[in-house]
Amino acid sequence: MTEELKEVVEEKNNQLEPLLEARSITKRFPGVLALNGVSLKFMPGEVHAVVGENGAGKSTLMKIVAGAYIPDSGEILLQGQRVSFSHPREAQLKGVSIIYQEFNLLPERTVAQNIFLAREPGKFGALNVAELNKNAVSVLKEVEADQLISPTKMCHSLSVAEQQIVEIAKAISFDSKVLIMDEPTASLTLTEVKILTDLIRKLKARGMAVIFISHRLIEVFEIAEKISVLKDGELVGTVMTKDTTPQEVVHMMVGRDLDHYFPPLGKPEDFGDVVLRIRNGNNDFLKDINLELRKGEILCVAGLQGSGRTELAQSLFGVTPFKTGTLEVSGKIRNIKSPPDAIRLKMGFVTEDRKAEGLLPMQPIRDNILLTVRTLQPLFEFIFKDGIRSSRTLVPTLAKQVDLRADTFDREAQFLSGGNQQKVVLSKWLSTKANIFIFDEPTRGIDVEAKAGIHDMIRGLTKEGIAVLMISSELPEVLGMSDRILVMRDGRIAGELPAKSTEQDIMLMATGHTKDQDANNNASEGKE
Amino acid sequence: MTASTVSAQGSSTNFNRKFWGWIRRIPPVYPMFLLIFIILGFLNPRGYQTMNGIMTYLRPSSPLAVLAIGEMVVLALGGFDLSVGAMVTFVVLVSSKFLANDPANALPNILMLIGFGVLVGLINGLVVSFLKVPSFITTLGMMMVVRGAALYYVGGAPQGYLTDNFRAFGRNYIQNVPFFTRIPYAFVILIILATIAYFIFHRTNYGRQILAVGDNMRASQLSGVRVKLIRVMTFVFCSVFAVLGGIMIAGTGGVNVTIGEGMEMQAIAACVIGGVLLGGGKGNVINVVFGAFTLQAIVNLLNQLGLPKPYTDAVQGLIIIGVVAYAALSTMKKR
Amino acid sequence: MTTSLASENRLKRIFRSANIPPVYYFLIFVFLFSGILDQFLADGQIFSNPLIMLNIIVRSVALGIVAVGQTLVLIGASIDLSVAFTISITAVMSSYIMQGKTENVPVAIAGVFLIGIVIGLINGLIITKLRVNPFIATLGTGLIIKGIINASFSNYTGSVPQAFEYFGYGKIGPIPVSIIILFLVVIIGWFILARTKFGAHLYGVGGNSEVARLSGVRTDRVLIGAHVLCSVTAVLSGMFLVSLMRSGAPWVGPNGFYDLNSIAVAVIGGTSLSGGKGDVWGTLAGVLIFGILSTAFNQLGVNPYLKTVFQGLIIVLAVASYTIRSKKEAA
Repeated sequence: MTEELKEVVEEKNNQLEPLLEARSITKRFPGVLALNGVSLKFMPGEVHAVVGENGAGKSTLMKIVAGAYIPDSGEILLQGQRVSFSHPREAQLKGVSIIYQEFNLLPERTVAQNIFLAREPGKFGALNVAELNKNAVSVLKEVEADQLISPTKMCHSLSVAEQQIVEIAKAISFDSKVLIMDEPTASLTLTEVKILTDLIRKLKARGMAVIFISHRLIEVFEIAEKISVLKDGELVGTVMTKDTTPQEVVHMMVGRDLDHYFPPLGKPEDFGDVVLRIRNGNNDFLKDINLELRKGEILCVAGLQGSGRTELAQSLFGVTPFKTGTLEVSGKIRNIKSPPDAIRLKMGFVTEDRKAEGLLPMQPIRDNILLTVRTLQPLFEFIFKDGIRSSRTLVPTLAKQVDLRADTFDREAQFLSGGNQQKVVLSKWLSTKANIFIFDEPTRGIDVEAKAGIHDMIRGLTKEGIAVLMISSELPEVLGMSDRILVMRDGRIAGELPAKSTEQDIMLMATGHTKDQDANNNASEGKE
Repeated sequence: MTASTVSAQGSSTNFNRKFWGWIRRIPPVYPMFLLIFIILGFLNPRGYQTMNGIMTYLRPSSPLAVLAIGEMVVLALGGFDLSVGAMVTFVVLVSSKFLANDPANALPNILMLIGFGVLVGLINGLVVSFLKVPSFITTLGMMMVVRGAALYYVGGAPQGYLTDNFRAFGRNYIQNVPFFTRIPYAFVILIILATIAYFIFHRTNYGRQILAVGDNMRASQLSGVRVKLIRVMTFVFCSVFAVLGGIMIAGTGGVNVTIGEGMEMQAIAACVIGGVLLGGGKGNVINVVFGAFTLQAIVNLLNQLGLPKPYTDAVQGLIIIGVVAYAALSTMKKR
Repeated sequence: MTTSLASENRLKRIFRSANIPPVYYFLIFVFLFSGILDQFLADGQIFSNPLIMLNIIVRSVALGIVAVGQTLVLIGASIDLSVAFTISITAVMSSYIMQGKTENVPVAIAGVFLIGIVIGLINGLIITKLRVNPFIATLGTGLIIKGIINASFSNYTGSVPQAFEYFGYGKIGPIPVSIIILFLVVIIGWFILARTKFGAHLYGVGGNSEVARLSGVRTDRVLIGAHVLCSVTAVLSGMFLVSLMRSGAPWVGPNGFYDLNSIAVAVIGGTSLSGGKGDVWGTLAGVLIFGILSTAFNQLGVNPYLKTVFQGLIIVLAVASYTIRSKKEAA
């Protein structure tokens, strides 16, 4: 394009009205300010990516725009008109469609049936199948997939990429002007990403505004023209893709002042023998896992959502065991095929979703705390209501250790605060005298004060020689707590970083913008 | 909600708060039971205000309570056992033939029946655990199998009468007891079984793990609970208690092919009245015993008021729906 | 383009045998197996006798009709355990109202249909508005109906006039009326599921009620509708049975285990217990399987009580053949 033409186009762009605009959106959830006065404009015919760390507020913002959440304050304007959606259906009818990471398709229904659910053609309640399929074909034609996907195919037999195309076709069938996609490339192969990219370009050409949330900067830079960065619920800035680099974007995502207090990191003399070692671990989710964990250290596992961190924890604990590879606990080769195996080897696992996987909501605090230790005792041994046969003071002792304060241990666990619930789960594992702890997002959803307490507690564990493997998405937490950092990407260990790294170092390795280190080398050298 | 420490206030307001807190925490089954029993007392003073009458009332209530305790452990686990009624039918019909009118066969009969209970429970538990068939369907199928087997064994009609020594458990009384006048054997058996059940359910690691599985199976698994083992044991517990309850019922009921029909629903209703949640995670032996007592009292009350027996089925259905709906709606409100 | 794609797919489907639901294989297997047994144990008498073959289907009519209704409810991720008692109350009430007089027939029919619709409405409302688990809700209503029946009737009541017996015994040419009616019900069931918006919405509600709701489907109404249709099929079954027996008795429903059997044949036919999947043809195949087995048992002189035992076993094993593949723990 010549210079003059470029100028004309740019001028035209500046004169264009935004198709969708969010003004000063604020949204609060219990205990956290998800969005704080965020304003963004989305132009027609433009692909606009919204990026940020886990928890930066991207999903929340998109859900508000799509009508799934109602903002506490601020307004949404569609083509200049103020709109207020109380149900996603309203947004859809007005032309704003969102495609979630987990698709909203019914697997046991055909493509056509899915696209037109609740909008089927037909008179007097009857369904006109021929017309249904015909309409589906014309919609698929608009995304040029009519050759690829037949309207009578069952959705469960479609590949992920094909399902995504169906979702896009569905959005088009609503005459959408704005299409929002949440992590569209997460489960796609390279060729499929190319197909998606082409498709998005066609949507662009129709004058649609395409918004997508993604962590994968490689694809962001390939597909999007504009990038907006959110951090801690606020807009850091919006840049044109051609004017920036991935490193710069990462800097915008994570640059922050570390004024949060963390307990001091461990010193070399604190670290003991290797207490957990996995070599060449493989299963359906993970490839070539090699790691070592020593007594008294905190090893943090960082990485993007979906990089396999939780799968790693679950594999080590026997929930989804490793299929090949050698696992050693305290020097002896072991087979961990189920959680009881791991527990018997003195391991503990504080899961990410403590409500769904860690707590017994209807049981009193004491029964929650005593759950695991009771599984290690004989089934029919007499127990006290407040303990096990050999000890009645177990619960108060453990509660003190984690600084859990409750007026009575009879209270049902579901009524405690998030922080206290976490402490209950922690003390459950302490009761077994575990010496290897795996934490998955230990401070998620917990307010600032309680977080500090948990951090102190975890560091305190290491002082007693316990080895800690901690998964965290909060980079300050990773840097503040880890003696060593492992970064995962796509089910593999991308590399290891020392304690004095920066948030950028971690992010770049997590998004694939630095050369992967040979994790094997680093592990055996025993870097400190 | 943050757990708060009790602040130091004036001791009288402290006492007040504690007292009313305690009152509010009394399970609804007790006031319900008291109320109905008092009404019964007014309508039929000889039947419910005299010790003699109360003991008569306790005779059929006790086997129901035994059945309810068995059903409770499965409900607390988060499952259902609908074969309980068929087990009672089996006990009565098979005994009518097995005893062959010879009192010496009573003991072997009892042992055989308990063995059968263990077998049925094992199968129920294994099918749910390994074939992943929901317990509702598994135990419905088992109900057909057990009832069919019983009818097959006796050729469609009871084969004899039940010997007196066998019927003693359900029918006889300990006579000439001071103050109590007489106590039904059935009630004594209930006390023994309830005590054992209380111990197992509330005071062993096994019992607490039943509740854990019913409350949050996933969390229990991740915390080291051997869910399949716990499940199998619990179904065995239920089936054995069903057999024991059946032996008691054999004492008083007439021997006919329809005996035991619908008892699984009675057991469930008794549990529901006793505060058991149908999704699992909650249960209390004593409350359930009183739930059974309350149910029996309600049935007796309806009889007193002249309502024919079939209507009691309808009332039971209403009770179950009512209590479950109430529980479902109140949890909705909490959220 | 549409036609070539569609016909290409149709061809592909016929060849890709993996797409044929297992139930049809079961049916063929059971048929052949019974045929072989027949050769060995009865000199091939049974299966070569057209009367007996017809008998198989007639036996299946009552179960078949109500199984269509149960299929609808299961697709909606619900369940109806009150059908046995609905059948009973239909049999008893229709016989009672008719009192053997032909002129009472229309009133009787209208009456029992009304009862069925009310039962279905109540079931649906308890499940959707009171949020009670469908197992418990329909078990509860079943109990209530049982109570009402047993309180008013204890034995055969009233009688069915000659004209009404046409339903159970009549023939159009060589084909029994009952089979025609069964076929009609199956066709209507198919039509509802495959050719109406209601059917499409029902699959949505059962497959993922949240997705259906977000798409604008009125999930409560759809589910209530399914329950009403199911109760109506139960009424139809009851009328067929009473016309066969010439008089209605309260134990008709429970004795035939119509609740568990209707669920079993639907599941065997490929309807998922968790909703969103299923069709009436598979259910019909399941019904035929049960019919063949039942006839085989009878002809071979199997004790009727043992038959119940086997039925219970077969039901659980048949359901297990589907559930065993799931990775989630059952409750």
